[in-house]
Amino acid sequence: MRSGRPLGEDDSPLLDETVRLAIPVVLVVSIYLLFAGHNAPGGGFIGGLVASAAVFLRYIAGGVPSRRGLMRLPFEVLLGVGLLISVAAGLSSLLLGDAFLEAWLVDLDVAMLGRVKFTASLPFDLGVYLVVLGLGVAIVDSLGREADDDSDTAVESGEAP
Amino acid sequence: MTVLLAATAAALFAIGTYLILQRQLSRIIIGLGLITHGANLLLITSGRRGRAPLVGEADPSLMSDPLPQALALTAIVITFAVTTLLLALAYRSWLLTSDDDVEDDVGDRSVARGTGPDHELRDQMESMVAGEDEPVET
Amino acid sequence: MSWLVPVPVVLPLIGAALAVLVGRSRAAQRVISCVILTVTLVVSVVILVEVDSNGAMVAHSGGWPAPLGISLVADRLSAILLVLASTMLLAVLIYAIGEPGAERNHVGFQSAYLVLAAGVSASFLTGDLFNLFVAFEVMLTASYVLLTLGGRAEQIRSGMTYIVISLVASSLFITALALIYAATGTVNMAHIAERMADLPLGITSAFALLLIVVFGIKAALFPLFFWLPDSYPIAPSPITAVFAGLLTKVGIYAIIRTQTLFFPPESQHGTLLLVVAALTMAVGVLGAIAQDDVKRILSFHIVSQIGYMVMGLGLFTLAGITGAIFYIVHHIVVKTTLFLVGGLIEHAGGSSRLTRVGGMVRTAPALAVLFLIPALSLAGIPPFSGFLAKLALVDAGLGASEWAVVAVSLVVSLLTLFSMMKIWAGVFWNPVEDHSDDEYDAPPLPVGRLGGPPFMVLPTAALVVCSLAISVGAGPLYDLAERAASDLLHPAAYIDQVLRP
Repeated sequence: MRSGRPLGEDDSPLLDETVRLAIPVVLVVSIYLLFAGHNAPGGGFIGGLVASAAVFLRYIAGGVPSRRGLMRLPFEVLLGVGLLISVAAGLSSLLLGDAFLEAWLVDLDVAMLGRVKFTASLPFDLGVYLVVLGLGVAIVDSLGREADDDSDTAVESGEAP
Repeated sequence: MTVLLAATAAALFAIGTYLILQRQLSRIIIGLGLITHGANLLLITSGRRGRAPLVGEADPSLMSDPLPQALALTAIVITFAVTTLLLALAYRSWLLTSDDDVEDDVGDRSVARGTGPDHELRDQMESMVAGEDEPVET
Repeated sequence: MSWLVPVPVVLPLIGAALAVLVGRSRAAQRVISCVILTVTLVVSVVILVEVDSNGAMVAHSGGWPAPLGISLVADRLSAILLVLASTMLLAVLIYAIGEPGAERNHVGFQSAYLVLAAGVSASFLTGDLFNLFVAFEVMLTASYVLLTLGGRAEQIRSGMTYIVISLVASSLFITALALIYAATGTVNMAHIAERMADLPLGITSAFALLLIVVFGIKAALFPLFFWLPDSYPIAPSPITAVFAGLLTKVGIYAIIRTQTLFFPPESQHGTLLLVVAALTMAVGVLGAIAQDDVKRILSFHIVSQIGYMVMGLGLFTLAGITGAIFYIVHHIVVKTTLFLVGGLIEHAGGSSRLTRVGGMVRTAPALAVLFLIPALSLAGIPPFSGFLAKLALVDAGLGASEWAVVAVSLVVSLLTLFSMMKIWAGVFWNPVEDHSDDEYDAPPLPVGRLGGPPFMVLPTAALVVCSLAISVGAGPLYDLAERAASDLLHPAAYIDQVLRP
């Protein structure tokens, strides 16, 4: 179970282990919300927020360096790809001759999975999910790193942050 | 019920306005949060009351109006994002000047005093540029 | 053709996504932004031509019919402003690419700029009041980023004021939305217009006032303008130019759209708008006279010029609204140009303060020409576009027998000329007054024959040519503005087109 990152002096082993156990559950919930969003409470935005919460948890337990372990993708890629997917989902209906953002239905029989049915709002939601997750990672990356650096320098120079 | 919600919104607006008129950025940001909450509450109040508007959960005639709820959700997300940006800026401001007071515009102040705007402004600009290392004394 | 309507919103968003993805290569980002904005401009022109000949185009997003889904509507006014906005955005982008330091250091510049473009297009095109709020926020959020990119102390301070004011205005907008929804049960603008007619006069009148306040903050009307001269001059000049040309005009557009569409003539606040217009003009120009920094002078002039546009609306006559639209067209071009020239002055002289620079008529004669044409146009000197725009407004004012506001507008023109001459004298004629702290300002750079880097001068010159083209083509343009104004004064066609296609 150990990720190989040595625990720092300020890190709590209890928190670290709890977070390690919680993160897979949180991620599964976030993906459930993403798929449920079509006709039940949920959706790409809230799913993305829950996934970002996993990133925040990791950060709280171990600081910015541990974030890399969870999410190696740079946030620019998440943001860019997510926005592209969403816009492409909106434009796809224009190509089919319908109105902008009009939903189309996919109803397939896939081997092993059985009947798969989804609409154009799923790729749209997936794009939103990626954008929100990308923003979550970006927030931890920029604000969190700065805060970490400050507290380090503050400790070194002997003044409170 | 509507009156209660409207009164709550009014109270949030009042407290928020008071806080925005303060000098400290942290209070201003909390005040903004309260005002936007008040506005969102008003948005919720504008629709019909009733059961949760989910298909199959209740008879459609008993359901609440889902549109203002969707609008409020959008508005909450937007104001949440802008408030986060403000907090990041406030943090940056604190890093640069080590206080969270809102300063006057230097040009305005020099015009108001009627002093030679040039010298005043130059001094201010210099201290701002130097502010990376030492806090601006005002 | 109605599938074209969402394109000016969607294209910049695609561009923003691509610009984020290729963040490592500035060259690729620049190519993407330029291509995207050029295509957007072409699409906008096609929309304008189509709308002018065949009437408003409506796109129902998601395929939901009008009151249910979000409608995007392009009528003549939206299309005119869309073309102008895309032109300005493209010209300023090229200027920003040419300017050393403004954008090359920031990965996020191109993306934020394109998101701003998407927000501006969406504000002009939306036919849904809540969607207008969202479009405003998209545009404003991008502008917050552009204003504070770099994180210098002065940027943070003025950005903070700007964001707080905008957020308060947005909260008021949500409040107005909530009340309008409670009263009419819809957020589709055409549908609101239809139902507003059944409401008691007191309520519609209050809504009209509330919306004037909400958009008045964004448009910098008196007495809600105070944030503008405080925040605009701090940003790098291309960003200030785009803010000056477009953001306040989006506010004016929203005022014109909502006041003419929603409210029956008896609940319109014509007199109030005229008083506000006169005060906005006068206070703005007096503020400009007190300043001695090119960018601050120009920022106060934005406020002053907004007064003219509101004056046209406040008359609520065909001639008045035509004048207002014509004035907006002229103002967007001229104001953007002036701020770009201000940036060139700063570049060539090392400062934008009148006492710090001087003698540029010799060192940079090309700049003198680039400044003089839009400056005289702004002051309303014939034969430039500003003269024609002011003539249209004054004529409309006289036609409606509103003597006082006409008198104020003429005096303000004179004061505008005075303050433009102050810049002219300070920057171009007088010798440099103050050598005491040359080591503090950036030293003047060798400017060459053009007066600056070619990619900064060329878009500026192109916009100057644009403003000359407005005065040359004033006849057809005035007719177009008149058709747009006539659409606004007879909203029944607009409502029918949206609700009953």
